[in-house]
Amino acid sequence: MFKNSTGKLLAYLALPFLLATGCVKEKKTETQTTTTTKAAAAPPSDEIVIGAVFPMTGAIATYGQESVNGIKMALDKINAEGKLTKKIRLIVEDNKGEPVDSSNAVRKLINIDNVHAIIGSVASSNTLAGAPIAQENQVPMMTPASTNEKVTETGDFISRTCFTDNFQGVVMAKFAKETLGKSKAIIIVDNSSDYSKGLAKVFSEEFKNMGGELLGNINEYTYTQKDTDFRSLLQKVKRTNPDVIFLPGYYTEVGLMLKQARQLGINVPFLGGDGWDSPKLQELAGPEAIKGNYISSHFSADDKDPQVQKFVQEYETNFKQKPGAMAALGYDGMLVMADALSRAGELSRENIKKAITATANFTGITGNITIDANRNAKKSAVVLETTPTGMVFKQKVNP
Amino acid sequence: MDYLAHLTLNTGIFIILAVSLNLINGICGQFSLGHAGFWAVGAYTGAAYGVFLAPEALPDFINLFISCGIGFVVAALSGLLIGVPCLRLRGDYLAIATLGFGEIIRILIMNMDVVGGPRGFTNIPNWSNLFWVYFWVVITIVFCANLLRGTHGRAIISIREDEIAADSMGIYTFKYKTLAFVIGAGFAGLAGSLFAHAQQFLHPNGFTFMWSVIILLMIILGGLGSITGAIVGAVILTILPEMLRFMGETVSQWRMVIYSILLICLMLWRPSGIFGKHEFNILKFFKKDEEATS
Amino acid sequence: MSENVTYFFYDLFQYLVNGLAQGSIYALIALGYTMVYGIIKLINFAHGEFYMIGAFIGFYCLVSGMPLWMAFPAAMIGAGLVAVLVEKIVYRPIRHAGRIPALITALGTSLLFQYLGQGVIGADPKAFPSAIAEKTYMLGEVIITRTQIIIMVVTFALMVILYWLVNHTKTGKAMRATSFNMNAAELMGINTNKIISFTFFIGAALAGAAGVLVGMYYNTAEPMMGLIPGLKAFIAAVLGGIGIIPGAVIGGLVLGVAENLVVGFWISTYRDAIAFAILILILLIKPAGILGKNRKEKV
Repeated sequence: MFKNSTGKLLAYLALPFLLATGCVKEKKTETQTTTTTKAAAAPPSDEIVIGAVFPMTGAIATYGQESVNGIKMALDKINAEGKLTKKIRLIVEDNKGEPVDSSNAVRKLINIDNVHAIIGSVASSNTLAGAPIAQENQVPMMTPASTNEKVTETGDFISRTCFTDNFQGVVMAKFAKETLGKSKAIIIVDNSSDYSKGLAKVFSEEFKNMGGELLGNINEYTYTQKDTDFRSLLQKVKRTNPDVIFLPGYYTEVGLMLKQARQLGINVPFLGGDGWDSPKLQELAGPEAIKGNYISSHFSADDKDPQVQKFVQEYETNFKQKPGAMAALGYDGMLVMADALSRAGELSRENIKKAITATANFTGITGNITIDANRNAKKSAVVLETTPTGMVFKQKVNP
Repeated sequence: MDYLAHLTLNTGIFIILAVSLNLINGICGQFSLGHAGFWAVGAYTGAAYGVFLAPEALPDFINLFISCGIGFVVAALSGLLIGVPCLRLRGDYLAIATLGFGEIIRILIMNMDVVGGPRGFTNIPNWSNLFWVYFWVVITIVFCANLLRGTHGRAIISIREDEIAADSMGIYTFKYKTLAFVIGAGFAGLAGSLFAHAQQFLHPNGFTFMWSVIILLMIILGGLGSITGAIVGAVILTILPEMLRFMGETVSQWRMVIYSILLICLMLWRPSGIFGKHEFNILKFFKKDEEATS
Repeated sequence: MSENVTYFFYDLFQYLVNGLAQGSIYALIALGYTMVYGIIKLINFAHGEFYMIGAFIGFYCLVSGMPLWMAFPAAMIGAGLVAVLVEKIVYRPIRHAGRIPALITALGTSLLFQYLGQGVIGADPKAFPSAIAEKTYMLGEVIITRTQIIIMVVTFALMVILYWLVNHTKTGKAMRATSFNMNAAELMGINTNKIISFTFFIGAALAGAAGVLVGMYYNTAEPMMGLIPGLKAFIAAVLGGIGIIPGAVIGGLVLGVAENLVVGFWISTYRDAIAFAILILILLIKPAGILGKNRKEKV
């Protein structure tokens, strides 16, 4: 028999090599499939399977839940109208708001569920994590709400039905300078979000171009997601004596910051982007602090348009709350998808992709959607004023 | 790449991470909670090589090899940098200090615009495949297993068993603690590089302290100090959360709750982990005497 | 020039006030960490979740119309009872299995509460009702709010009560004995199980109090709220010397003030990095924490 030590050494060596040989075999089959075709297996033909990747748990779960509510409402409408010959089956995957989980979820939807197309996600960093996989497998992926420029640059299978940060930043800079007549702005950036950084950059360039003055270094007034105490940061902001503050962030932090700012005696208006747009903002900031701030967003719940009002009413009966921008975007996203499916003819992924990118003048509740050559949606933005009772429509800005 | 193949590949990467952390935590007995930091260092340096430096002329596997090498070396160096001051601390103090460094690394990456910052690092070439990942898995396991059999390994084990006794036996404990720490960090960096080239996208939030905890859970689940245990733990904890995705919408919704309950139950029933300190040994069946090993 | 100097001092004092208020919260949570660690040498990672539970009990009490003076103790007792239950069901069976399995169980419990909270309550932040009318006081140009004063006073009072409890009562003596040597304490007729349960209760009750205070201060409560303050409080406890009651308070205040100074005079991006750097620095100079005594380990 073996000596004690030799035996152990052999055993150690044997185990990993057993593992390794198993894997070499797997590797061979894998290369075979990749050489024949890069794309995933064809989707089933008896029904339409749409995958949805959204943060259903985690820090930004409200966005995901609202989006999925909107998508499900749109789905009911589509299936009831019966414009499509086949039924749509929706598979919702949770990405916890995390990049790694997003890519896992996209992989699962493509390889296991064989989806025709994917809708998702909200946070741009999540969509960016999933997009390369969809592109590689040539599965159309359409995001209803990721506004970062980079998202659709991933490839021709990635598109979006919302406007981009560039547009939003310009809208707010113009609003600050021309409508409000302010000239000394300061920007507070959420340093852990590219959405916030991107908006800040566009705003600062545009504001300076129009002759406004930007106080302080853009990298100096920053915070991080999940922060709750902004008093010292705001004290620093107060010292620079601005007449308007641009705060492109998400409502969870913005709500707290507004309240603390008013306590510190900062009474100039805050401006923000669509990240503010949640019914929660009013509750978090409280009735006093919420007054007199402005945001750019995708849609307004008090838009008099009958289509919008119908959506708002239905949403309220279904989910017992007012719809935020994410719900409206999810709703429109699903409708655009269904519209594309109805125009695609034979439902191959290539055809679906072409149909999505050919979308023109689609009348949604968030505006007229036309998808341009870069697969970004050209559509109008609205400027809303935040009041204790909700967002109030201020003006509409067309591209 | 196929979902299952990708899952297998991720499992391999986590095996490397678990085995390397096991070297620090299980075998040397130094409680580190900063493994995700070294993983991140390896991932970002490996990816940076792939995006900025890699000559296109070289075949993918050579590029991957270089990338892994860079990931290993840089992570090992940062391990040295962090280990030298921190390893003077003991137990829980060391744990919190390494945790701190792990977070500092993440915050620094978050503020580096070259590698994307909060936007994430995109367009990383897809070089990893099952063969090369498992090639490195084998290397890691063989290396760690063999290390334990030599003088250095025995010295490292003696630190876990009793540091003061080891000191009085004339073992330069600080040197061996640092050695284990640096090697462990290096392999974590290597795993990071493989991970970057498999995922093709990195985000600083993918390397939070929670991930250090998950890797720690893997080795504790398998049995602290056992290499086989680390492997089994890594396999279970990578596959379990994904498996729960397939059990219907309600299970999927509550999967993180189920996951944590399973974890608590396992600890209640078998606190030493699945393998304890033992190794699974194929030749055990031929042998009569059970040896007391690490 | 002299105007700049005045501004500098006003700002400095403002940051100090903000830092002390925030540090008091860390201190309250750190007290529980330190007590549990002191008695059974367990890093109770679920401690941040007791703080979250306290905040939510306070939230539901206030929403249902209860006055603050009732909601506050309700939150403390509620969080304490949950902790006792967790200790009985989860930690007690595993206590003798060694420190690492206990630590993992604590991590598991922490995850369980976070995700259970998300599943049951929902992940979105809840707006905490303002239980008292907010008022601000001006000291020169330095602004101090009523909630900040309440936070500091309550923290200080609770620390004094705790200090008295541990050092001048019979139960406190039993706690110290259990912490010193559990077997010996048992032989002396101390019911150590009861003492440990009691320690968990007190620690979690303090965390619950911190939860309600934070809810009032920031106006928000959400299931993941325990994660980061829990971590910070742990750092604070180690900073002050783990197991030492005044140490936890000093650690918490140092951490809170340091963070606010970094945000105020430098960039908030590096706030957490600086917090950790301070911790590592202090540990290297004084490995047992600010108030800790360096004890040589014996074989």
